[in-house]
Order: sequence, then C-alpha cells, then structure tokens
Amino acid sequence: MSDGNGDKVGFFSGRREIASGLGGMHARMMGFAPYRLCWRVLERFGLTGRAAVFLVPYLWLLIFFLGPFLIVLKISFSTTVIAIPPYSPVFEWTAAGPSVKLNFDNYAFLFEDQLYINSYLNSLRIAGISTLVALLVGYPIAYGMARAPSGWRLPLLMLVILPFWTSFLIRVYAWIGILKKEGLLNLALMSMGVIDEPLNILNTETAVYIGIVYSYLPFMILPLYANLEKMDLTLLEAAADLGCSRLKAFWVITIPLSLPGIVAGCFLVFIPAVGEFVIPDLLGGSETVMIGKTLWTEFFNNRDWPLASSVAVILLGILVIPIVYFQRLQAKNAG
Amino acid sequence: MTNFTWFNRASLILGFSFLYLPIILLIIFSFNESRLVTVWAGFSTMWYVEMLNNQGLMDAAWVTAKVAFASASIATVLGTMAGLTLVRFGAFRGRTLFSGMVFAPLVMPEVITGLSLLLMFVALGVDRGFWTVTLAHVTFTMCYVAVVIQSRLIGFDRSIEEAAMDLGCPPAKVFFTVTLPVIMPAIVSGWLLAFTLSLDDLVIASFTTGPGATTLPMKIYSSVRLGVTPEINAVCTVLIGVVAVGVLATSIFARRQDARRKADERLAAAGD
Repeated sequence: MSDGNGDKVGFFSGRREIASGLGGMHARMMGFAPYRLCWRVLERFGLTGRAAVFLVPYLWLLIFFLGPFLIVLKISFSTTVIAIPPYSPVFEWTAAGPSVKLNFDNYAFLFEDQLYINSYLNSLRIAGISTLVALLVGYPIAYGMARAPSGWRLPLLMLVILPFWTSFLIRVYAWIGILKKEGLLNLALMSMGVIDEPLNILNTETAVYIGIVYSYLPFMILPLYANLEKMDLTLLEAAADLGCSRLKAFWVITIPLSLPGIVAGCFLVFIPAVGEFVIPDLLGGSETVMIGKTLWTEFFNNRDWPLASSVAVILLGILVIPIVYFQRLQAKNAG
Repeated sequence: MTNFTWFNRASLILGFSFLYLPIILLIIFSFNESRLVTVWAGFSTMWYVEMLNNQGLMDAAWVTAKVAFASASIATVLGTMAGLTLVRFGAFRGRTLFSGMVFAPLVMPEVITGLSLLLMFVALGVDRGFWTVTLAHVTFTMCYVAVVIQSRLIGFDRSIEEAAMDLGCPPAKVFFTVTLPVIMPAIVSGWLLAFTLSLDDLVIASFTTGPGATTLPMKIYSSVRLGVTPEINAVCTVLIGVVAVGVLATSIFARRQDARRKADERLAAAGD
C-alpha cells in the first residue's frame, strides 16, 4: 500500500486524466472564471482530482458526524429555557466582546441523581451479561458452521445474515407476541404441562436479555465464523495424535486461536447494546432503566435538551475506549 | 477428516430455530382470522386489506421508500469513495481521523447519532422533514457501504488495472471500465444494505424528522406501544418479504456476475 508508485498505478493521479475521463467537461468549465479561480486556488494547496475522491466523503463525515458532536458538547453546557430552541446560548457577543457562559449544572445533576447513575450502571451490566450470553450461544453456532460440509457453508452464512437485513424493530416486536402473559411461549409450556401458571417474562430484565441476544446474535456469529473457518485443522489432528483429548484440544488450541474473532464479536455486541433504546423500551417495561431510554425520555418527554446532551456526552465518554479499540481492530484489517 | 459431529448439528439446528422461529410465528399470525394474536382462528388475508386501507400507514410507507431510495443512492456514491480512500490512498495526513469517522458510526449508539444530528439541524436553523432524515441516513449508511466496498477492494487483483494503464488507458477511464465492473456486486449489495438500514431505522429518524415526514418504523413503533395487532404483523410480513426478495435476488446476481467474470478470466488466460 505504499504510495511510491502511486502516480503510475493509482486512481486519478492527475487532473488531466480526470478531465479526459469526464469527456472534457473540465476543459469547458475552465472557460468559466469562478470555476477557474477555484481550481487555481485548490491547485495552489496541492489539491487535484485524485484528492476529490477522499475530500468529498471526508468533508461529509466532518460536517455530519464530527461537527454534530461538538454541538452536543456545547449544548451540554447550556441551561434549559422555555424558548425555541429550548436552551440558552453558550457563546455570546456582548458589547464588552465575546462572552462564554459554561454551565456545569447538568453534569452535577447527573452525578447527584441516583436515576442517572443507575441507568449507566444498569446499561453496562445488561450489555455485559447479554454479550456473554451471545458469545455462549453464538460460539457453538459459528463453530458448527465452520465445520459443516463446504457446500453448506455459503447457504448457512446467508441464513445468518438474512435476519440482520430484516428490521430490528420487527424482530423485537416478534418477541412481544411470544413472551407476553397470554403469549405463545406460556401457551406452549402450559399445554405441555411444564408450568401451571403463566410466567411473567415480558416487561422484566430477562426479556431485555433475550431481545439483545436475539437481535445482536448475527454480529457475534459472523466474526467468529470468519475466524474459525480459516483455522488450520491439522493442528487439532496433531494434538489428537499426541494424545490430547478433544475437549482439551478445544481449550488449548481452538479458543486461543479464535480470540480475535471473540474480541471483535464482543465489541460489536457490547458497544451498541449499552446505548440500546428499542429493546428496553418495548420488552423491558418501566422496570428496566437503561441509559438510551433515559436519554430518550429526557429529550422527548421532558424536553430538557441540555440535560439530554450531557447524558450523551457521558455515554460517549464511557464508550470511547471500546470504540477506539474497535476502530484500531478494523483499521488493521483494512491494511 | 470429517469433523462435523452431532454436537455441531444440534447447535446449528437449535441456533437457526432461535433465529427464525420468532419471525416465522410473526408471519403465520399475520394470516390469523382473529384479532387475538395468539389464538389461531383460521386463515384470512383480512389484515392485509385493512393495512392497504389505512391511509396513515400507506403515507408513512411512501415517505420511507423515498427516504430509503434517496439516502441509499447518495450513500453508495460517498461510501464507494470512502472505501477507495481507505484501501487505495495509503497513509495520508488525517487518515486516522478518517478511518475513525468511517468505523465509529457502525457501533455508535443510535440515540447519540440521532440527538447530535438533530441539534446540528436546529443550530443551523434547518426545517426538519424529508431532507433532514435523508441526510442523517446518508451519514450512517455510507459507513456500511464503505466497509462492504473496502472488503471487496482488498481482494482485488490490481494487475488488471496495471495492464490497462500500461496500454495507455488514463486512470479515470481505468476506474470506470476496469475497476467499477469488478466491484459492481459490492456496490449493489452496499446499496441494498444502505436501503434496508434506512428502511428499518426508528431512532435516528425519530430525532431528525419533522412534521409531515413520519416514517413507517415510527408508525409501527407508536402502534406497537398500544399493543400487538395482526395488522402490524401484516405490515411486518410485507417488509420482511420485500427485503428477503431483494437480498436473494442480489446474491444470485452477484454470484452470476462472479462466475461470468471468472469464466472470462479463464478464457483470457487460455488465449495467451
């Protein structure tokens, strides 16, 4: 991936080529003075057609992804007022010059009120337990897929990916009909005589665990499968030849070798699960407090935008370490 | 060495039943005669008729389709550029920030993305509605497209590009006549992924929408809060059907395309 011969083989290595590639549009536009001026200015800074390929998505993400975070950060330091928009300005131009009014009350409030601390801790706990359960459920599936006859693997892979394409909301909704008091699970268990009274699962934390594991299972299975499929099976044969039992070989060979897949899968489940809103809202009832739900209520029901912003800033602060770690992992794969 | 044990079989059967049973039950009960979702009272398509007559639902479906189409198309162009940048541009200043911004939205909690985009639209004084939802969807779906394109480009044989350049083809033309056709299956599946992600999104749309731009997931969500109804089951079944047909069609298309390209390559190699 060195850029040493980039000019010869790289894309869009000069503006001349791009111009001819676009049917001389550039040449015609050069007759148009403002366009020519822009081009000269860009050129002065060393920007050519090749640069446009990365500048467009770069600028887009700067404006629509990074920019909004700075605004959230700013508003988290303002005060709620009854106005449109419902927050006071942080930076103001007064007669005496610019003034900055930073208000730390929102953050102080978050650390004083037990509700918010509980929301954060609950979210981390629920996401952690769900990730563990997803790993325990997903690993045997990924392992089975990787050991399946090679003709089966692609269809099986498609079957794992397909639920990921169907709506998250629909998949969570499907569980309501199953888990509710007069739902299908209770009906089935009672007709089999396993239980006499309907179980109360919907609107409890158990339902949230089921929902998260179910919804995020493909995210756990895919990296595990990608990893297990590449594994060199002769290592297991060698272990067996040397008298190692299959179970022990699994612990000392398969698990350590699949560690990158385990780590990637756990990140993919854990990080979004912490901020999950739909699942605790629809399956957890009023009893389960998670931070995504708290933020939603603060924003839509209480209309306290500054407080919602500081909830988001702290949540991002908690998740920034796993997110950065995950990015490193991805960037390494990108080479 | 056959390693496919009974344990592997059992875990596959149990695993896939867990993944598919809820969806299958949901589809079955959309054809239920009774309003009670859990008591089977006979086959009926009445809930589909009811759904088609529900004007609010149909309006929301139309808005959703438009948003998904527009955002997926823009996201595919931007995501392809981002994927090219990640694989082909080597180390440039700001690369870490760039790859960070591409990968972070994949795991970013939706409430944060939604809230931050909304606050920006408010700060800029933009009227919220169709276009703000579309812009928001472009921003998070382009990153998925970039990842799909990136993984395709990593396995790309660059010698065919080099051959075209050695024969005097300008780089822009090389891209459109050599590279683009090869990564086309990835572009198609990237578009489809962006389309379905936009079709499904509730949280980001709820934050960034305005009057007159209620999307289907928002409509489904507000009626789900009131309880499970067969009509919603019918809507969900239609959505699942649309997505399943789209995914199967593209995967078949992609495989055909791949097989044809491989055949062409073999032919070219034989001609040497």
